[in-house]
Order: sequence, then structure tokens, then C-alpha cells
Amino acid sequence: MTEARVSETDLHAYVDGRLTAARRAEVEIELAADPALSEQAAAYGAQNDALRAAFHSVLDEPIPDRLLEATRPQRRRPWAIAAALAWMALGGVAGWAVNEAYRLAPSPTRAEAPLAQRAAIAHAVYSPEVRHPVEVGADQEAHLVAWLSKRLGAPVHAPKLESVGFRLVGGRLLPGESGPVAHFMYQSEKGSRVTLYVRTEGSDHGETAFRYADEGKVRVFYWVDRTLGYALSSADISREQLYTLANAVYEQLNP
Amino acid sequence: MTERDQVVVHIPRLRRYARALVGDPGAADDLVQDTLERALGKFHLWKPGTDLRAWLFTIMHNVFVNHVRRRRELGVLDDEALERPVRDSQDGTLALRDLQRGLERLPADQREVLLLVVLEDMSYQEAATALGVPIGTVMSRLSRARDRLRIAMDGEATSTHFQVVK
Repeated sequence: MTEARVSETDLHAYVDGRLTAARRAEVEIELAADPALSEQAAAYGAQNDALRAAFHSVLDEPIPDRLLEATRPQRRRPWAIAAALAWMALGGVAGWAVNEAYRLAPSPTRAEAPLAQRAAIAHAVYSPEVRHPVEVGADQEAHLVAWLSKRLGAPVHAPKLESVGFRLVGGRLLPGESGPVAHFMYQSEKGSRVTLYVRTEGSDHGETAFRYADEGKVRVFYWVDRTLGYALSSADISREQLYTLANAVYEQLNP
Repeated sequence: MTERDQVVVHIPRLRRYARALVGDPGAADDLVQDTLERALGKFHLWKPGTDLRAWLFTIMHNVFVNHVRRRRELGVLDDEALERPVRDSQDGTLALRDLQRGLERLPADQREVLLLVVLEDMSYQEAATALGVPIGTVMSRLSRARDRLRIAMDGEATSTHFQVVK
């Protein structure tokens, strides 16, 4: 380019419509006096028009379903959802898509214990995850709790379980039958994992006692406290240890 | 509007940019899908009141860079990966084909700048923010992109001995 009463930057800003009216007028005068510069500006302008014309029609295309699906939080792990659905569709047949270690045996109490069952499925699906065990990590705990509370429409807390040897890994939002579910994951030094499943119950159920269920290899303590149902699940620790943790959770939620 | 609705509004623009950036429609939607998943997963990091579009394009840039890097780690040459076969554009003119081919031959970083500025009508500062580079870098990439594209399109027209119909 000839040196520079019109700089390179001016030229781009000119074709991109980003000059002030005054500067634009000055640049136009320079362009008129310099055919090479003028040609360059025209070429850039034609590129802009051609690019916009070439891709404009994409804006009018219908949005593919898979992209709409991708914006649904609970659809973010298709294989996991598929595993859970398959498990439910097959009734007692264990989640074959899930790690063998978490194979769930048929349970006669399933019909009466959907909370425990669903919590066990969620535990079996998510706790083997190494890279993406949670959507939001414990380092974002305040965000996590605020986000899950907002989505559940009820204040949710992530209990602190350090005193009993477990630290918060993080949490995620899951689809539930009657609404979203908050799912917190904890891990011990040794790598044992425990998940807390929290869902809203349709109506105020008062307060139930702790109940226990064996869902295959997953042990679950669960209870309902007014409008929230809780289930604490693990396949890695004993029933006694899990009971200790469940008590710790309960005490923190009901100080 | 829910988080989801706010993001859905921007999908057509994300798709347009991705289409121009990677060429192949399926690969472009893969890029958009990865971007959406990451955005929704990190939605709590977006500050309400700030420009959601800019935030989404920043995420798409990061996802795109990771894709390119992964291809490179797999031993695919960068230029090769970025130079995709030109689609038959039955409905397109020769000029359009030249444009697409020229675009595909630009280095990815130059193509990103050009497309954010032209298709998304971002200011140079907005493009700099989305790409995480200084504004001077945006200007030099834009310059090189436009010059290369100009040469590619002129060269294309000359070498094939066809008149470019405007």
C-alpha cells in the first residue's frame, strides 16, 4: 500500500463500516485519488458481501433436533440416560450398559421404593465416571448450590462430610419423574464414592424415618423430610458406614 | 427466559459461523453441539447482563481450537485438516465455489477473525476478546486473511480460465 494517509487499519474499518462519518469522508477522498487503494477496498468489500451471501441461508435453516437436545441439561450424557432408561424398561434386568460391578439385582421392594431405586440408578450411572463425575465441581460450591436450589425451586444444601471422611466432589442436575433432581457426589481419601440424591416430593409428607434398601450392589439410606426426598447411596462402603454418613447428612439438614 | 431459551436464540448464528469455519455441515453442527454442551454445563459462569453471544463465541473458539489441536496430535497435518474437500454446490455459482475454497485454505486463526468480523459483525475489540488475543493481532490476521482470500479468488478465476460472474 502507498504510505499512509489511509492506514491499513483505516482501510479495514472503512470496508467494515466502523469509521466515524468524518473519518470516512477523509478516507473516501484518499481512495478517489489512489486507484490501487480503491481497488483493494472494493475487493475487500466484495469479499464481505460474498461471505454474507454465501452463508446467510444457514440462519433460516431449522435448528437440528440434536442441537436442541444438547441444550437440555439432562441430555448431556446420552449413554448414561440410555443406560438408565434401558434399566427401567427391562425391569429387573441390570444395567448392562453400566459397569459390571454395579449390576443391580431385582428387588422385591422396588414398587414401594422408587426413591431408593432411582437414587441407586443415578449412583450406578454416575459414580464410575472418572473424567466427568459431576457437572459443577466443589470449587464452585456456592454456584452449585444456588443453581440446584433454583432449578428445584427449593433451598438445597450440600452437607459437609469432611468430619466423617468424605469431601464434596461436586454435583449435577438430573431429570426426575416429577421434576429436576439435585445429585451431589462425595469421595473419601481411598476413592470410595457416595452420592446424595435430593428431589422435591409432590406434597408435604411430614417426616419419615430412615429406610434402607439394597439395590443390587448399591446400598441406599433414604428418607423424606416434608417436601424433599433424600437418598444417600454407595456401593463402596458398608451399611454401617453409610448409616453414619446418613446421620451426618440428616443432622446438617435439620440443625 | 430460561437459560436454555437464551442460548437457543443464538444457535442459528453459531451454526452459520461454524459452517463457514469448518465447511462440512455435519462437522459444523458437531462443533455447535460441543459448544452448547459446554456452555450449558458452565452456564453458572456466565455473568447475567453481559453479552451472551460473545460468551458463546468464546466457548466455540475454545472448542474449535481443541478440535484442531486434537487433529494435530493425531498426526493429521494442520493444513490438510483445514483444507477440506470443496462440496459440490449445485446451486452455487463458480464465484461461490472459489470463495469457499479460498476460505478453506486460510489458516484457521485468520479465518476465525475474518468470519467474526464479517459474518457476526463484531467490532475488532469484540473479536479480540472472543479469541483471547490483542486487537493488533486481530488486525494483522484480518489483513492477511483478506489479502490471501483476494489472491486465492483471483488466482482461481485465472487458472480455470473462467469468468467470475458477479
